[in-house]
Amino acid sequence: MHQVVHTFFSPHNFRVAFPDVWAGFQVNLKLMVVSEILVLIFALAVAIIRGLPGRGARPLRALMIVYTDFFRGTPLILVAFVVGFGLPALNIKIISTRSNFTYGVIALTLVYTAYVTEVYRAGIESVHPSQRMAARSLGLSYWQSMRFVVIPQAVRRVIPPLLNDFIGLQKDTALVSVIGVAEAALQAQAYSQTYANFTSYTVAAVLFILLTIPLARFTDHLIAVRERRERAAAT
Amino acid sequence: MSFVEVDNVSKSFGTLQVLEHVSLTVEPHNVVCLIGASGSGKSTLLRCINLLEPVDEGKIVVDGQNLTNGRVDVNAVRRKIGIVFQAYNLFPHMTVLQNIELAPRKVRGVTPQMARLTAFELLERIGLVDKADEYPDRLSGGQQQRVAIARALAMGPELMLLDEVTSALDPQLVSEVLNLVRGLAQTGMTMIVATHEMSFAREVADKICFLDHGRIAEEGPPAQIFSEPREPRTREFLARVIEAGRL
Repeated sequence: MHQVVHTFFSPHNFRVAFPDVWAGFQVNLKLMVVSEILVLIFALAVAIIRGLPGRGARPLRALMIVYTDFFRGTPLILVAFVVGFGLPALNIKIISTRSNFTYGVIALTLVYTAYVTEVYRAGIESVHPSQRMAARSLGLSYWQSMRFVVIPQAVRRVIPPLLNDFIGLQKDTALVSVIGVAEAALQAQAYSQTYANFTSYTVAAVLFILLTIPLARFTDHLIAVRERRERAAAT
Repeated sequence: MSFVEVDNVSKSFGTLQVLEHVSLTVEPHNVVCLIGASGSGKSTLLRCINLLEPVDEGKIVVDGQNLTNGRVDVNAVRRKIGIVFQAYNLFPHMTVLQNIELAPRKVRGVTPQMARLTAFELLERIGLVDKADEYPDRLSGGQQQRVAIARALAMGPELMLLDEVTSALDPQLVSEVLNLVRGLAQTGMTMIVATHEMSFAREVADKICFLDHGRIAEEGPPAQIFSEPREPRTREFLARVIEAGRL
């Protein structure tokens, strides 16, 4: 028992490991914020392209389906390897000389965009066709109907599942340690190898949990606010 | 020249023939009421006139413009034709005011000030100025439907299509919407009104069309249709309506 406490929960090691892991965790935060913003934008674009009507858009739709199928099916760690080690090996100036951080962002964005696209798509499809019909009947074009009527409703509806995916993304920022991004997990690993003590991982875990809980509560809060508003509206 | 000419229009959904060689004309400032059982093709006909549904064959001309030759600017046509649906279909994420202002601003390019002015004029007309900043789900069905009518009117349409606008309403809310429609008729708005409200149809219509299984079985002035229908099917339909206490 004492051994367990010492190995994983040693207060001394916690204090010593904390500064490095905390420094690493700030990299996680940056990875997270940059990737989340990119994912939000790209995923909406992919979702809209997948929903384009008409025969002419068929190749574009097919391309987006291939993309989402591919990156939803491929483990993030593989994508990270391919991006983090593969792109530099290409020896193409612009894309082969980026920082590991950038490669980490690219890998996370590629994979999570594929997931979040589906969330957006579900939201877009949940808007009743009569809403589009009403918009079109007023003379709004396809794009205007999407922009002013469909997408605003769709996005509002998917905010909770979106935040849920972002909790996943936050945790997965640790995975890009495999391509040498000096984030919390990598710092924790370095500490554990130097001092033969695993409390550094506990430090990292605590930091991740502390970040996740507020986001989870915030998600709950948003849902509650909306429910309250809708209930008030119904009376 | 008639304002609306529907000429020999047919339309099917898969194997289901919804409209079969339908022809209909509407004179300017006239009100034509479409009556008939649910599924007789009333809604589909209205949606075809607004190009929300493509027709399979036949021709639709509105204000001298052929809508069915494939070369027409769909959005331009819809600016002239307002449609109001049974289920209101207001935009739930926008206030009453925003619902009314959206199309004039984005489609007509009206300035925000002008759009607001028009919106308030319309709100005054429908008696809902105090609800301008409410969201639709805070309104009763009748109020929502009045807003939907105002939203369509905000585009300054030359033709209004009303698709069973009172069918989803509680009985006590029907009259506020019908009064509004009656008012529209009195201002000379050209309208095609699909309805189950027979006494209303008799009162406002210049012409009644009875649809039966996708065909216009009989048409004529209200007095004739309701008092001395020629077709057995019309008589049968009206008999059932009377039996149900709706006439």
